[in-house]
Amino acid sequence: MSGSQTAARTAAQAGPRQAQAAAPASEDKISIRSLSFYYGSKRALEDVSLGILANRITSVIGPSGCGKSTFIKTINRIGEVSADVRIEGDVRLDGMSILGKEVDLVDLRRRVGMVFQKPNPFPKSIYDNVVFGPRLHGVRKKSALDEIAERSLVQAALWKEIKDRLHDSALALSGGQQQRLCIARVLAVDPEVILMDEPCSALDPSGTARIEETIVELKSEYTIIIVTHNMQQAARVSDRTAFLLEGKLVEYDDTERIFTNPSVSTTEDYITGRFG
Amino acid sequence: MSTATRRSKDAVATALIAAVAASILGIVLVILGDIFWKGTKAISWEFLTQPPVQGMTAGGIFPAIFGTVSITLLMVLMALPLGVLAAIYMVEYAGSGSVARLIRAAVNNLAGVPSIVFGLFGLGFFVLFVGRNLDRLTGKDLFFGQPAMLWAAATLAVLVLPVIIVSTAEALTGVPRSYREAAFALGATRWQVVRGVVLPQAWSGILTGAILSVSRGAGETAPILFTGCAYYLPRLPLAYLPVPLLGVRIPMLNPFDQFMELSYHIFVMATQSHDTTLTRPIQYGTTLVLVALTFSLNLAAIVLRARLARREVRE
Amino acid sequence: MRLASRFPPRAAPASPSPPAAEARLGRDDRAAETGKPPRSKHARLLRARRRGWRAAGEWLLERFLFLNGVAAILVIALIFLFLFRETAAALRQIPLASWWGATEADFDGNPVYVHLWQPNGDRPKYSLLPLVLGSLLVAVPAVLIAGSIGLATGIYLAEIAGPRIRGLVKPVIELLAGIPTIVIGFFCLATLATLLQNATHTQFRLNAMVGAIGVSFVIIPVVASLVDDSLRAVPVYLREAAYAMGATRWETISRVVLPAAVSGVTAALLLGMGRALGETMIVLLATGNAAQVTLNPFVSVRTMTATIAAELGSVPKNGPWYEALFLVGGVLFTITFLLNLLAEIVIHRMRRRLAL
Repeated sequence: MSGSQTAARTAAQAGPRQAQAAAPASEDKISIRSLSFYYGSKRALEDVSLGILANRITSVIGPSGCGKSTFIKTINRIGEVSADVRIEGDVRLDGMSILGKEVDLVDLRRRVGMVFQKPNPFPKSIYDNVVFGPRLHGVRKKSALDEIAERSLVQAALWKEIKDRLHDSALALSGGQQQRLCIARVLAVDPEVILMDEPCSALDPSGTARIEETIVELKSEYTIIIVTHNMQQAARVSDRTAFLLEGKLVEYDDTERIFTNPSVSTTEDYITGRFG
Repeated sequence: MSTATRRSKDAVATALIAAVAASILGIVLVILGDIFWKGTKAISWEFLTQPPVQGMTAGGIFPAIFGTVSITLLMVLMALPLGVLAAIYMVEYAGSGSVARLIRAAVNNLAGVPSIVFGLFGLGFFVLFVGRNLDRLTGKDLFFGQPAMLWAAATLAVLVLPVIIVSTAEALTGVPRSYREAAFALGATRWQVVRGVVLPQAWSGILTGAILSVSRGAGETAPILFTGCAYYLPRLPLAYLPVPLLGVRIPMLNPFDQFMELSYHIFVMATQSHDTTLTRPIQYGTTLVLVALTFSLNLAAIVLRARLARREVRE
Repeated sequence: MRLASRFPPRAAPASPSPPAAEARLGRDDRAAETGKPPRSKHARLLRARRRGWRAAGEWLLERFLFLNGVAAILVIALIFLFLFRETAAALRQIPLASWWGATEADFDGNPVYVHLWQPNGDRPKYSLLPLVLGSLLVAVPAVLIAGSIGLATGIYLAEIAGPRIRGLVKPVIELLAGIPTIVIGFFCLATLATLLQNATHTQFRLNAMVGAIGVSFVIIPVVASLVDDSLRAVPVYLREAAYAMGATRWETISRVVLPAAVSGVTAALLLGMGRALGETMIVLLATGNAAQVTLNPFVSVRTMTATIAAELGSVPKNGPWYEALFLVGGVLFTITFLLNLLAEIVIHRMRRRLAL
């Protein structure tokens, strides 16, 4: 029997504790119920339900192609920008649904920010990158923009390194610095949730370490969901971990429990490297 | 067949192909050389700045230069905004639906229309249909309904529209998708993405396309044959706006006037002037001026494209 | 358990995060200590935006851009419509048979069937045959010449030339493409025609062949770049397979690459043909402008394009002659449209076959 077939079997057999841990509760920051996601006719996510807690770091792990990127791209609905997609199910932020045509996508994406896998600062100055978001949302006064820029760069642990060259091109920074700039850019619009799609996969170990430090510091003010293929990173950084496989949620629990005593055998197989 | 035979066949074929390819260089050199050689004799300062005299057998071609510059300016004014906005819609908004495909098909078709058909269209539609109807609406007696710079510029604009749309579309699709994604993820509306991220990166390509379209427009003759060109028009197509208090008259381009134009001038002089051998040096001179004009425009576009590409890489 | 050892404990303190309200307070306090602006002010700065207006403006803008976008469709539709309105008028005013030939009396009064294009005069004749033949007599040799040179150049660029030579040859081709057609036409009239006459001793200095050579200059860049693109689109592994069997370069090109790119080459020739038929200024200056039925490329001919260009200026607007010229334009437009369409279909099928 292939690993994925056992996964399907054992996921259905998950015990009551597992089901309770996964079910979304009313005080969750983001509650997801029976989410299914289709690219055209291809189904990328199937019946995913879980609740994301506020001011926690939740990591999403799984082998490539399991749907983790699709999952977080649903939360800020950025997956719809360039493809023909169909979303079924219910996703709520602070109790209000974010799916549906009436939702103000502009406001949603301000409240739910995203840091991408490959750092993508705009080909502008560092300053213009950070204040790009606030400018979009109507902030015009230079003093206000300066304040926001400084605050965001401090929070992203980048301020000290670049405060004397704010108007240099952002593309001259190193990979790790660029990614921290992208984090600062997201922080500048004062989000409530920060989505991170494998933010360290394009960086070297020292860059990765600094980003992980920053993420843990940010937890106190923001809710963070991080997709990672690096299980050690998930274990180091996150409070809760969700394991996705072939578009389905296999297990969702406290990180410590997932990595020491997972309830579903498939999870254990993946974590110990039996497949993936 | 032995290996030696095969190898010699290979060598012969390669040499033949290279020779034929090199013949293009020969063609270009012969044409440009001929024009340059016989044309420089006629070029002088007064050739470039004086109007023609003595029934076109002497004097200069300044009105033709002025007319060419004016008509291409008007053409760009008409075609550039329309073309750029159409390309923005096509690339950023239309997606892959049937409207987008229809627009692309229309642009491709437009690019393949023979230039004389544009001339037919320009005369029949702009001059006769639009012009005469405007005359009727405004009660004037054959003011709009005759060949004029406005209609010639409109005809050229239609001809050059696909060039602008295609080069703008290329410039827009050259902007990496990741920038758009990042901007959307920050809560930008589509227009904010276009204006704040895509256009600043694409404008160099757009500018290059504009310059190339000017070069194309300056070289086309068929569309303007009947829509506004004149052979001998000693005065410039200007109108003077009187400024009341100061009593000064400001010259302004008069789009309802006819105009002289370089390529048209060459055409008429070469085929219909009453003494073609006498005017031959002037024909060559005019041709040289036209070639110089289009080439410097093309060169400017290439240099601009290269310099801006280098600047992006350095960043 | 064994799993615990694989994952070292977290460096950061594992205490649960304080509830949201406390965190917010804590944030502002911390802000006061470090001198950073408090978060509440940050939040206030960002909410100062009026959402309603922004959405309405966006919608209007998209409608405006849509109008611009369909402008291109409108323009081509307008050209279509206008051309065919006048063509229909021509077909109504002039009987269908006259487009082929007419009967007239010769000097002795005997009726003879002629193919003449003589729209002015008291017995106007509108035979299209001399014009179509004229266009073909120019276009076919032009495509043959330009096809050979363009094909060879395309092969050279794609298969033989190294990047440095390619960087020299491509600009030369673009240079040729950048020469205005009036200049090429003038060159043909002033220089080429004389050269050709000295070489071939033909009777007519300006004839279809001179025009064909001039037109070929214009088409060479079109064919060359399209052939170049098609050859480069052939996947590398096909060439590698041939070389691995010990084929010489020419054998690889002629037996593997060219056959794979045959659709692209065909499309290039079709587009070249369309371009050749639509060329106006060169033929106007170089072909002698005599409308006659002939298959000899060394006599003066008149093409469809030259007819329109030469006569539209002096034709009385709205008479049958005017409509006839529009019909010639309509025929021209239809032919080039079909050729372009065919070329697109061929390219589309090639793309699908190469799975691009």
